[in-house]
Amino acid sequence: MIEIIVSLLILIGTFFTFSGSLGIVRFPDIFNRLHAATKAATLGVAGVLLGAFIFLVFDIGIISGKLILGIFFVLITAPISAHMISRAAYNSGVELTEETRHDQLEKDQPS
Amino acid sequence: MAIQIILNLLVALMWMFLSESYTTPTFFVGYIIGIGLLFLLRRFLPDIFYIVRLYRIFKLFVFIFIKELILSSVNIVALAYKPKLNVEPGIFKLPVELKSSWEITLLSSLISLTPGTLSVAVAEDQSSIYVHAMDLPDIEESINDIKATFEKAIMEVTR
Repeated sequence: MIEIIVSLLILIGTFFTFSGSLGIVRFPDIFNRLHAATKAATLGVAGVLLGAFIFLVFDIGIISGKLILGIFFVLITAPISAHMISRAAYNSGVELTEETRHDQLEKDQPS
Repeated sequence: MAIQIILNLLVALMWMFLSESYTTPTFFVGYIIGIGLLFLLRRFLPDIFYIVRLYRIFKLFVFIFIKELILSSVNIVALAYKPKLNVEPGIFKLPVELKSSWEITLLSSLISLTPGTLSVAVAEDQSSIYVHAMDLPDIEESINDIKATFEKAIMEVTR
């Protein structure tokens, strides 16, 4: 029973990570790529770590605090790094894709 | 909130001295007694009872954050496998009512981890956040969406 749950969690995690990477390849510009990189990868890593945590608890009997801390720090750092990358990209003048409809940042920030 | 936690820790410490056993279980018993005492004395303490606040933080994290994270990941995955992308990306300006930088950081992180939105920049005077949305048919709707869920939940926690 535990094996099924653990393998399901790890499979879901790898699936989300893979789909995130696929999104990074397929989406048109850096901002859309960051969408894929932050969201799917966060859930993917969290799923794999959670699977490893449950496995360690029930199979070996170790409550591994490191894995929980890993999930926590991924949840904190992923949005911050995405924010910094997109900000740096916008400020250094990376083009948005042609499909972009609105850009309200442009008129407020002349630089 | 800080003063209540310190009081609670003091009660737990005193309980350890009173029962003359310096072990972790005694500390927890003392801590629970401290929660009870603080609950009885809540009218005389500044701020609301801190367990209530902890519950609100928990609610913000579990019910809203985890739900939105899973929804957004499913959303992105569905887009990644779509044969032809027909999205309308765009950057819109989200006016925020939150004041401190702590709250704005929290809000921008939450925005980044929710369906189709990514915070790009914070205005100089911290009055608005610029949000990149992957599919942006209607600006007003997106603004109202974020305001109704996250900003309200954050305000419940911090105010």
